[in-house]
Amino acid sequence: MSSLSTTPLTPEIVSREGNTMVLSMGPQHPSTHGVLQLVLEIEGENVVNVDPEIGYLHTGIEKSAENLFWSQAQTVIERMDYLAPESNSLCYVLAAEKLLGIADRIPSRAQAIRVLFAELTRIASHCVWLGTHCIDLGALSVFFYTFDLRENILDLQEEAGGARMHPNYLRIGGCNGDLPEGFLAKLDALIEKFPGRMADLRGLLQANPIFQDRTIGIANLCANDAVAWNVTGPSLRASGVAYDVRRAFPYCGYESYEFDVPTRTEGDAYARFLVRLEEMEQAHRILQQVRKRLDEPGPVMIDDTKVAAPPKETIALSMEALIHHFKIVSEGFRVPPGDVYQSVESPRGELGFYLVSDGGNRPYRVRTRPPSLYNLQAIKAIARGNLIADLVVTIGSLDPVFGEVDR
Amino acid sequence: MEVGPGKFLLARVDDVARWAQSSSVWPLTMGLACCAIEMMSVTDPQFDIARLGSEVFRSSPRQADLMIVSGRVAQKMAPIIKRIYDQMAEPKWVISMGACASSGGVFDNYAIVQGVDTVIPVDVYVPGCPPTPDGLLHGITLIQQQIREGGRGGILARA
Ligand code: SF4
Repeated sequence: MSSLSTTPLTPEIVSREGNTMVLSMGPQHPSTHGVLQLVLEIEGENVVNVDPEIGYLHTGIEKSAENLFWSQAQTVIERMDYLAPESNSLCYVLAAEKLLGIADRIPSRAQAIRVLFAELTRIASHCVWLGTHCIDLGALSVFFYTFDLRENILDLQEEAGGARMHPNYLRIGGCNGDLPEGFLAKLDALIEKFPGRMADLRGLLQANPIFQDRTIGIANLCANDAVAWNVTGPSLRASGVAYDVRRAFPYCGYESYEFDVPTRTEGDAYARFLVRLEEMEQAHRILQQVRKRLDEPGPVMIDDTKVAAPPKETIALSMEALIHHFKIVSEGFRVPPGDVYQSVESPRGELGFYLVSDGGNRPYRVRTRPPSLYNLQAIKAIARGNLIADLVVTIGSLDPVFGEVDR
Repeated sequence: MEVGPGKFLLARVDDVARWAQSSSVWPLTMGLACCAIEMMSVTDPQFDIARLGSEVFRSSPRQADLMIVSGRVAQKMAPIIKRIYDQMAEPKWVISMGACASSGGVFDNYAIVQGVDTVIPVDVYVPGCPPTPDGLLHGITLIQQQIREGGRGGILARA
């Protein structure tokens, strides 16, 4: 193993013109947020060039998904963007439903639950981002506030899906069972607690002179560059482009919710911070609206035994239900041949899945458009000319997740 | 046994050293994948790893005692993990956190090393995908127990 080359610092890379030095940052580095390696060309303290080296977490998720049933593939796909598992599964599920042609038959309660989890996961993801970003800047205590909030959200996920981080709760055709008893009370408690927590976070950071010194005017990304590098999500909106998939191509009934798409024009790390904080507040606004809709009972799974297994109670009573159940469990369902692209607004930007089916019970191809990968590319444009110390801020403010970059 | 002014507490140096060592196992900051987020969760107020004396996550392998392999090990990352492990000073321990690190988990494919124990020795395996923070805390208590009982790599083990 150790005979393999572990670093790409080959002679061609190292010998540069002029008075510069080549430095490798990562892949084991506390502030690269995972396994990113940056090959830096530096002159004194100034960064002349940055070459991101990715792939240290390449998991072959797309390939693995091809060997699993349509419904099983969701399990591995959820593990791509591990800060927002529900965004992954939501996007995949929506794409698969489009291919199956059942997209307009999903019960409205299931759609509301999907919005609920998409927004919860957005808050949880931004919590991790803010906590780790502040650790990088030396402000440890923020982490405790944000992770406390995140724990509440994970509790909700655990209650609904059985697992804290990868609940696999959203399914093709709806959701895996209705929300459990007591869930809504906990949700209410969270909705009530949230504004106070946000006030704490804003109080700790927004006007904090150290925080401002480290982030204002750092890692500037202008709107043109952002679009040219295909940056999406909060990083794009902080540069003044109000593109949000939830608005541009609504899904799950997002057009019926009231929310703003926060933007800033400065395009620096501080602007990205403000946009994300505001996004959390908007997510809270959506949560309040979803909560009202969840009072209405209704089915949470499509009534189509070709896609969704019939309810357990009916299996002992009806021969047909037993056969459908057996078929779905043992060989999954078949999806008509074709291809489809579906995107959602994940906490990091436009997450898309391009699915191809050859008519079988397994996906023929699962191609991902991971927002982190495209956002990370922009680091080449924005890190140049900054100090090495500011690189940490730059990476943090782009919020890449390497499970998704390398997948 | 009495302890106080003018009184003595008798113990074997070995026991005292092991007790001290087991109460300050410093983990290495090495996040790999999803499991790393749960590894971070153990430091939050709800789980509070500080109760076990392990809250000091060190970024340099030379200052760390415990490597928590938190997540899937890609083929490209495996040699680096080996190198970081080699850089850690003795005595050192390894926890393999999660299904991926222990066995490849759901990713039985070309990209993932099927168990980090094919690259470095592992002391404790914590099951789960991801393991709950309680699970990881339990793993750390097992490491502590191993140290107190004089298992592999104890401070005086090779004296
Ligand atoms: S065990 Fe599960 S949670 Fe942990 S890294 Fe593997 S897929 Fe992620």
